Amino acid sequence: MEFTLTDLTHLLPIVIVAASVLVAMTIDMFTKEADKTLGWFTALSLFAAAYVSLFFVDKTGVHLSGVVASGGATNILHFVFTFGAGVVALISMEYAKKTEMRVGEYYVLVLSSVLGMMLIAAAKDLAVIFVGLEQMSISFYALAGIRRKRDKSVEASLKYFLLGAFATGFVVYGMALIYGSSGTMALDTIRYAFPDLVSQPLFVLGLALFVIGFAFKIAAVPFHMWAPDVYQGSPTPVAGLMSTVGKAAAFAALLLIFRPVFDGAENALFPFLAIVATLSMLYGAIVAIAQDDLKRMLAYSSVAHAGYMLIGFASGEATGAAGVIYYLVAYAFMNLGAFGIIAMIESAEETNLKVQDYAGLGTRAPALAALLSLFMFALSGIPPLAGFFGKYYVFIAAVEGGATWLALVGVASSAISVYFYLRVVVVMYFGKSENRMEYSVSNVSLLGVTISAMLVILLGVLPGSIIKLIESFVR
Amino acid sequence: MTLASVLFYFFATIAVAGGVLMVTRKNPVHAVLFLVLNFAGVAGVYLVLNAQFIAVVQIIVYAGAIMVLFLFVIMLLKLGGEESVFARQPFVKTLSIVIAALIGAQLTYVFFFAAPDKGTMVDMETGVYPGTVKAIAETLYTKYLLPFEAVGFTLVAATVGALVIGKKKLED
Repeated sequence: MEFTLTDLTHLLPIVIVAASVLVAMTIDMFTKEADKTLGWFTALSLFAAAYVSLFFVDKTGVHLSGVVASGGATNILHFVFTFGAGVVALISMEYAKKTEMRVGEYYVLVLSSVLGMMLIAAAKDLAVIFVGLEQMSISFYALAGIRRKRDKSVEASLKYFLLGAFATGFVVYGMALIYGSSGTMALDTIRYAFPDLVSQPLFVLGLALFVIGFAFKIAAVPFHMWAPDVYQGSPTPVAGLMSTVGKAAAFAALLLIFRPVFDGAENALFPFLAIVATLSMLYGAIVAIAQDDLKRMLAYSSVAHAGYMLIGFASGEATGAAGVIYYLVAYAFMNLGAFGIIAMIESAEETNLKVQDYAGLGTRAPALAALLSLFMFALSGIPPLAGFFGKYYVFIAAVEGGATWLALVGVASSAISVYFYLRVVVVMYFGKSENRMEYSVSNVSLLGVTISAMLVILLGVLPGSIIKLIESFVR
Repeated sequence: MTLASVLFYFFATIAVAGGVLMVTRKNPVHAVLFLVLNFAGVAGVYLVLNAQFIAVVQIIVYAGAIMVLFLFVIMLLKLGGEESVFARQPFVKTLSIVIAALIGAQLTYVFFFAAPDKGTMVDMETGVYPGTVKAIAETLYTKYLLPFEAVGFTLVAATVGALVIGKKKLED
């Protein structure tokens, strides 16, 4: 194997994050009041990695005997992971102070989960996907239970760990079957042999197990049971991290293994994907209506969004793949913004999480209310915000792929979901407030939320140029 | 019958017998001990296939470390009343039988239909036995260097996570 300086520079985003994991541990060791220092260090190193990943976006290549790739779609995903996690670090600082969370381990684990996601997105080999997946998942299990004095947090952690380990079992068994039937772990080799391999029952079974394992990770029906409890029990910034960039990483793995499908080969798993997508969209949207807790509501909404993104896969068109990536970016930032505001409003004892608690926020904190309304409009898919174009691109891909009915289900589900997103807005501006709750707004959290809001608007205003950029890399 | 096949049948019998005895035992401690026997038998099969490294790892890691940990947990938790756990939950029993049957069917399919001629463990072109320490080390430190290093980070994350959740007192 040859290892040159070029490899190192092209893999710089990964190297930066990996180094930050180690440096963050050292900072925690030697600083007494690590709260602010570590928070800013994490945010800045993640933003630096995001900047660097955009810098190398048009230099595609494979490195280290072809197990990792750089450039193109990989770097776009790296940007989403690092930038999204950077925003999470910003909204975590105030929350960590408020809830007296363990900050040292918190930021180390956030960074190390991002490292796992980046490995998944860069993978050219099944082994790298697996190691990245474990890196991300293990960090998440611990992050979910980091407020270990709260029963709900511990319960969330245990539940996520048990079901996550089960899902990992599916993924590994699927990989074993894929390897057994194709004789290789290199994704490109599998890709070229794909048309021949789909005729092998073992290969299809392996693919199916692989997809089931990742369906757990993206919380698609019927593998979504953990999501509401885990999102509700985890610290709010962690729930934001898991539901946005964590989900994006799982989708990245699906994209990697299903790339050949987008080259027009016969999609053996279409019925399976279509059913999972349909169930996720309808179930997520309908059950979310009944939720009073905002975090639970967003959990069910994330189930529905996983369904919309799966449409992009099921269609098997290259435009679908680009649409999924666009959707991932849009969804990450609108959801992160919403979680950021919830983290600000929430009290240290985890009250003020009900929709009713937000009554009267429109007059008392007009800026927060306006921002939250923006994210809710975006999530429900109202133009011209990012959410609308995300749905538009995956629906178009479904129609082009000859699955118009799937797009129609998506439209119906979006229509249902408007109800519960806009309920929050209506309560904020027209609801009668009985209790005057306390909330803490810090400039840093506000910065994180504002950055998300700007990206949501920017993605909505310039969808054409961004989707073109993504499309040029997906081929 | 060559010596290799005699050894194979010897170890395979131990492995199968250990497995059957393990699932039929009511006492969890006995079940664990038979599982260790099963691991030892499988390790012997690996040796016959010239996969020395996997055979040693099987003994050290699985039979040695993990199963001893298992024994400690069972003994410390005093799971004496656990004997009837499976009897009380017919659903679990049915589910495990179904899963075992599915995996058995799949393995049967692999052995007899999908790849009946892929049984050889030696790369005929290079004459390298892929299961030896040398071959594994070479792959691990060249082609799979990056995932190998990444596993280090995964273990760091696991250690930090275990500490933050499991440590009795945290000074905060």
